[in-house]
Amino acid sequence: MATAEYPLEQPRRKPREFSISQAFSGWVETVDHKRLGLMYMVTALVFLLVAGVMATLMRIQLAVPNNHFLPPDTYNRLFTMHGTTMVFLVGMPIIAGMSNYLIPIMIGARDMAFPRLNAFGYWVFLFGGILLYLSYLGGGGLSGAGSAPDVGWFAYAPLTSQAFSRGHATDYWTLGILVAGVGSIASSINVIATTLSMRCKGMTLARMPIFVWVMLVDAWLILICIPPLSAAQFMLLADRYLGASFFNTQAGGSAVLWQHFFWIFGHPEVYVLIFPAFATLSEVIPVFSRKPIFGRSAMVAAVVAIGFISTGVWAHHMFTVGMTSVANIFFAVATLLIAVPTGIKIFNWAATMYGGKIRFSTAMLFCVAFLFQFLVAGLTGVMLGVAPFDWQLTDSYFVVAHFHFTLVGGFVFGVFAAIYYWFPKVSGRLMSEKLGKWHFWLFCIGFNVTFVPQHFLGFMGMPRRIYTYAPGRGWDGLNMLSTIGVAIQAAAILIFAWNVIRSLVHGAAAGDDPWDAWTLEWTTTSPPPEYNFETLPEVGSARPLWDLKHPDDPDWKYE
Amino acid sequence: MASITTTPPQIAEWKTPDRGTVGIISLIITESSLFMIFVIAYLFYIGKSINGPYPKDVLEFPWWASICLFSSSGTIVLAEHALKHGKMGVFKGWWGLTILLGLEFIHQTAAEWYHLIYVDNLRISTNLFGTTFYMLVGLHATHVIVGLVFLLIVFIVTMMGFPAQTQIRRITFLSWYWHFVDAIWVVVLTTVYIIGR
Amino acid sequence: MKAGYLTLALAAAQTLPAADGKEHNIANIFKPVTTPGTQILDIATLALAVTGVIFVIVAGLLIYILVRFRRRPDDDRQEPPQVYGSTQIEAAWTVLPILIVFVLLMVTARVISGVEDAKPRSNALKATIVGHQWWWEIQYPKYGIVTANELHIPVAGPQHLATFLTLESADVAHSFWIPQLGGKMDVIPNRNNKMWMDPKETGVFFGNCAEYCGTQHANMLIRVIVQPNDEFMKWVASEQAPAVNDASLAPQRELFESLSCVNCHTVRGTPAKGTFGPDLTHLMSRRMLASGMIPNTRENLREWIKDPQTIKPGCQMPDMQLTSAQLDAVTAYLSSLK
Repeated sequence: MATAEYPLEQPRRKPREFSISQAFSGWVETVDHKRLGLMYMVTALVFLLVAGVMATLMRIQLAVPNNHFLPPDTYNRLFTMHGTTMVFLVGMPIIAGMSNYLIPIMIGARDMAFPRLNAFGYWVFLFGGILLYLSYLGGGGLSGAGSAPDVGWFAYAPLTSQAFSRGHATDYWTLGILVAGVGSIASSINVIATTLSMRCKGMTLARMPIFVWVMLVDAWLILICIPPLSAAQFMLLADRYLGASFFNTQAGGSAVLWQHFFWIFGHPEVYVLIFPAFATLSEVIPVFSRKPIFGRSAMVAAVVAIGFISTGVWAHHMFTVGMTSVANIFFAVATLLIAVPTGIKIFNWAATMYGGKIRFSTAMLFCVAFLFQFLVAGLTGVMLGVAPFDWQLTDSYFVVAHFHFTLVGGFVFGVFAAIYYWFPKVSGRLMSEKLGKWHFWLFCIGFNVTFVPQHFLGFMGMPRRIYTYAPGRGWDGLNMLSTIGVAIQAAAILIFAWNVIRSLVHGAAAGDDPWDAWTLEWTTTSPPPEYNFETLPEVGSARPLWDLKHPDDPDWKYE
Repeated sequence: MASITTTPPQIAEWKTPDRGTVGIISLIITESSLFMIFVIAYLFYIGKSINGPYPKDVLEFPWWASICLFSSSGTIVLAEHALKHGKMGVFKGWWGLTILLGLEFIHQTAAEWYHLIYVDNLRISTNLFGTTFYMLVGLHATHVIVGLVFLLIVFIVTMMGFPAQTQIRRITFLSWYWHFVDAIWVVVLTTVYIIGR
Repeated sequence: MKAGYLTLALAAAQTLPAADGKEHNIANIFKPVTTPGTQILDIATLALAVTGVIFVIVAGLLIYILVRFRRRPDDDRQEPPQVYGSTQIEAAWTVLPILIVFVLLMVTARVISGVEDAKPRSNALKATIVGHQWWWEIQYPKYGIVTANELHIPVAGPQHLATFLTLESADVAHSFWIPQLGGKMDVIPNRNNKMWMDPKETGVFFGNCAEYCGTQHANMLIRVIVQPNDEFMKWVASEQAPAVNDASLAPQRELFESLSCVNCHTVRGTPAKGTFGPDLTHLMSRRMLASGMIPNTRENLREWIKDPQTIKPGCQMPDMQLTSAQLDAVTAYLSSLK
């Protein structure tokens, strides 16, 4: 129960025995959702580091005009691999990892609905990721040395046709992502079946934690939006190897059709990516404000609305393609409408904190920064939704700034919040709050120093995906400033990595419930036993642990 | 920690959907999304081929193939009915007939493609019609083949003595997949052989 | 080699002729000089104002909440009142954003139609831009001129109310963007896109290709030279004139015509009829080479022909392995094509 200080005092647990052969078979052959969840997360964080190094190299190249640090082909491959890795090999596995680890213990189940499908999903994802990186060895085909794809992460046609992308680099991109996509779909089917079918007694959908609701909508979105990408990729392969003409403009095919199919996937995809952060905030903010989430049903409705509307806005990535004014107006309308439920979420989180007793743990700090940064990102999104303004801003550094604000300032900050919040549950040990605060402040400052100036670079006409620029365009100083922020972020990440390692070895015992929280995962041990719960719980409200701690004032009286 | 129970209003009976049902429905939804893109591409490129052969020149409505496939949905229902009532012999008969009808559908598709490729000179690389036709019809045919593989597995193990009546639930899911494949054929028929001509 | 290119660019920066008027090398989207650009600026200002106010209010509220409701050191550790929600408040902050969005949408729809659905007037100048990997071909069908990378257009006036561009691509998707002249428009193969501009100021306006198109996407620069109408018509006349045929350079011209340069480039009135690369008929009327990368001086031209791959690695013009004497000759001839 709550005592004078966070974290709560609990008896120290004995550390586990360790054996190598057990470690191998225990992980490679596992179907336990907790182990698979961890494997997803660790793999994703490794890819995050790799893609982060790529970004660092790119920023060094752009620090000064006419730089010769990287030749153009290398730069073009870096931004392609950076984007592809971050979306498919960092974002998607984090979603799968968080869903798979947390959903069963939040709904009072012993595992996911389909444990073997779970394992299949992980290994297929890993294989897809490795396949993509094998392009460094085989991408040039027989005729050249290995080279990664250099067509951008959205691989527009006809740049990807055989005529303009020789060798096999593009095929590694296509196949790697196709395969990884199968893993995402497998994971999503599992999440939906688990959430609908395996909730413990008393946990109606209305009493499900918002985290689970958000990840459920996320899984639905993945189910609907990944197939268009897979379909387009099959078509691209047919074009490249069977002589098909889906996107072959010489044969009457349409390059714009690729864009439509890609963004029918691509736009819901970015909402897929931000949902884990929404989910995390909806759990962390209430606990560290000591109040329940404000407007629970509105929050759920908002997430469902966002998911639904997001399938209808895709062509706001194509405002400059030359669609009719009617089409442009339709997509501008839909895009601006999506700002409404998103804004509602921010207001509800703010109202949750209002009247509370806010405790600024590291997890909460990352949530607070998210609120400001996602607010900025959402507002720059509104600017981009105003199609004529988009005609200037699209394909410039303004858009680069916008999506890094949503993805780094939003998604990555949300993931850090999740790690600091659930690390004690997963490992049984506490992370260092002191190192956590150093990590937070350095990363927050570094992130803003890198990406705020990029808005202004966009205002001054700097296009994206350029490996260099001439002096005298007014871009020099801002680019240098943007690069300096990278060094600060790198320092922050090193501190984070040190915090994780040190905490795993030396961290204080966490106990079952270090944060005095209210959802089911905090009722079992840290880490949970293989069977998750000694006896399966029965719940009467959305905050079962609150009900237990406050028998005089349980939540179910107010439902 | 002790189990978590509070004393809220008692729940009479706790029911959640069957996870297999949710799983197969989710699979069907995701596959529908995949097919939809190929259908959209097909519709988008109708009339846009720069050179022939054109659909009206070479396409004939696949009556026999469609009758086979649609009847197989009927026979699989009869097979399930027999299974639920424990009539294993009848079950094997209808199930086997379902497979035969599915195989005949594939045979008809192969015959049609042979004619299109070698007689009409319509290949995937010939024009936009060829591109979209082979991809859409081929995607459907692939799903039929996958379904047939699973149907065959059930048939073979049943013939070898495995008690299929203990797996009614899973066989039902497989039949839903089969019905889905049929429903997609309705969409493909309409798109390719009705609208597209 | 690479250092050499940098030296060239920097050295030549001091020797640029200022014949075309004021250089607007900062391509600030908030300083448009055309009607579409100004309409975009107006709606952009509205969008910035609305989002700015929203930011100040919401961020201000957040800061207030964070400060006011932080846990104090002397806190009694009792849980605060547990508030579950409020339907009225939810309604309020749903309806208000919808209204704001509605206002923005009305204005947006109007500007979209205004810019996109404009029809060319009869005395508009029409030009066609063809995007190539990694240079811009510019055609003036009415005048029979083909040039490259530098678009000359007249300032908006009674003789030419506006310029209407048709945008085509010879290979992959590009995008034509001159920030001060309006929004960008993509340049896509098998598709004719259109844009228009009526610049109210003369000068040189800078732009870039804005859709990743391969290795040298970064160096596919555009200069739009807006001139008073009489100067524009003079430029047209000089471009329409046949290629300069300096008799004293006959041996050099013959050497040029015997090399494979003629397979890719056109010099009107000579056997050089290639269309894969830029038209060279009036090469010296251009300020820059390699689509805006280096100033068009004799030394730079020689360096470019000697080995384009050191200046623009990956570009489609190969190193022709010319001897020094051949280089001198070709450079001399091309330098005469004013």
